[in-house]
Amino acid sequence: MSGSVGIVSAQRATFEEPLSFSCGKVLPRFELMYETYGTLNAAKSNAILICHALSGHHHVAGRYADDEKNIGWWDNMIGPGKPVDTNKFFVIGLNNLGGCHGSTGPSSIDSASGKPYGSDFPMVTVEDWVHAQARLADMLGIRQFAAIIGGSLGGMQAMQWSITYPERVRNVLAIATAPHLTTENIAFNDVARNAILTDPDFHGGDFYQFGVVPTRGLRLARMLGHITYLSDDAMAGKFGRGLRSGEYKYGYDIEFEVESYLRYQGDKFAAYFDANTYLLMTKALDYFDPARHTEHNLARAFANVQANFLVVSFSSDWRFSPDRSREIVKALLHNKRDVSYAEITSQHGHDSFLMQDEQYFAVMRNYLERVAGECK
Amino acid sequence: MNTSIIQSRPDFAAIAAWIPQGSSVLDLGCGDGSLLRYLRETRDVRGYGVEISDANIAACIANGVNVIQNDLDHGLADFESDSFDFVILSQTLQATRHTEALMKEIVRVGRDGIVSFPNFGYWKNRLQIMQGHMPVSKILPYQWYDTPNVHLCTLNDFELLCDHLGLRILGRHVMNDSGDVNLLPNLRGSVAVYRFKREA
Repeated sequence: MSGSVGIVSAQRATFEEPLSFSCGKVLPRFELMYETYGTLNAAKSNAILICHALSGHHHVAGRYADDEKNIGWWDNMIGPGKPVDTNKFFVIGLNNLGGCHGSTGPSSIDSASGKPYGSDFPMVTVEDWVHAQARLADMLGIRQFAAIIGGSLGGMQAMQWSITYPERVRNVLAIATAPHLTTENIAFNDVARNAILTDPDFHGGDFYQFGVVPTRGLRLARMLGHITYLSDDAMAGKFGRGLRSGEYKYGYDIEFEVESYLRYQGDKFAAYFDANTYLLMTKALDYFDPARHTEHNLARAFANVQANFLVVSFSSDWRFSPDRSREIVKALLHNKRDVSYAEITSQHGHDSFLMQDEQYFAVMRNYLERVAGECK
Repeated sequence: MNTSIIQSRPDFAAIAAWIPQGSSVLDLGCGDGSLLRYLRETRDVRGYGVEISDANIAACIANGVNVIQNDLDHGLADFESDSFDFVILSQTLQATRHTEALMKEIVRVGRDGIVSFPNFGYWKNRLQIMQGHMPVSKILPYQWYDTPNVHLCTLNDFELLCDHLGLRILGRHVMNDSGDVNLLPNLRGSVAVYRFKREA
């Protein structure tokens, strides 16, 4: 029987050694919020790192004692008897640098100035995150991960691990991801950023000291993003042309059900997410391109990879389409790496990677059962 | 497990006999990965399978076999030229739509191609046609209206295709339920396995 990891609690790791970023800036110290589930074995060989996507964080599975409704964002995938089986693996979730869930980010107080970092916070890249995650692994005594798993932007981190620290990861599970964003994806991100950047309450990123939040921009950014994470069919199936009041009102208030849904999602997101974090995350997505250092040859970017790969895509995902996953597969085949590729038939667009699906879960479970068998 | 696979699929034994220790193999339409697993366990073969069915993808992964989900009728664009010692197509040829194009892809990607297929010229098939019906047997278990097999052929037909494509046949193994067939293979053989390559 599969179940929940139950009550969990977040922990805070503090790193006093400076961290240099790709952009050239340095943080003298930083903190990462993380959670762990399951037990690290004596050989410390059964650790799995979960990398989060744009709006994710360290609360990946289980629930909090003081907030029972706050269930981890990938609780359907992770737990005792679930595909990422916490009876077998020691699972780590963290909130990335630049995040807004407790790890050092733009809303954290800069000890040098005594004010929130705001616009001073370094632009982060996927590589920077991987370096910070490696510090956390060091602190936990994990020399090599049994697997690193991520969807979307999280999948980019998992791939980057295999490039930056090839000897520190045995398996990469890269889900609904891409070797770099398409032009169209960058364009969507730029519209989302512009919504935030042009909000009068943004104040160049230093809105904290004005006691305001660029809610309108953040809300628009999320609404746009949300549309692209779904599929046309999924939206049509869920809302159709349904009207809230059953008839046209000839005005700009909410009429269609889809408008109600998007505004609700936008409001909910804007109430808790940090605008600067949203900007940073979308830039990290845009910048990710490991083949940039190898004359746009992805196979060469993967030349030193040692990890085995499971690559998973979803048929209705048009932001990170199956063809993008195939590029990853092809580059790994060129290097004669062990790789399996599954294309899941799904209606839910990019968000499919967070949904429960029989075939998707069977593939994940079967792959990870083998990984567990190899953890000595 | 190893012996039962060979017993249940006699063409597997013929295929395996041609594959030296440590070869690289691409198995097209690899099913649940049994052949690749057998080759890995007995010959230390490094391989990948290609499959379209969801259930087989999950089964291959459970078998510890590398598998790429893909429709063979879309070609082998994911695979580079001359990237495998052997490309295998076992009991799948007859169900491919773009058969000629796939044969070309096999010898583009593999140094050698190995193809097994049911011989439509087998006397029991001929007998059923003479009796006025499409053949239905253990090897061709479908009715004409529900069969996935759209490109059935005889040994002679297959050899004509190889000739047409400029392929050199390096070996042939024909069998039926009683064992190997050497005399009158196009009449007495129910299954054939061919090994071939591009003319240099």
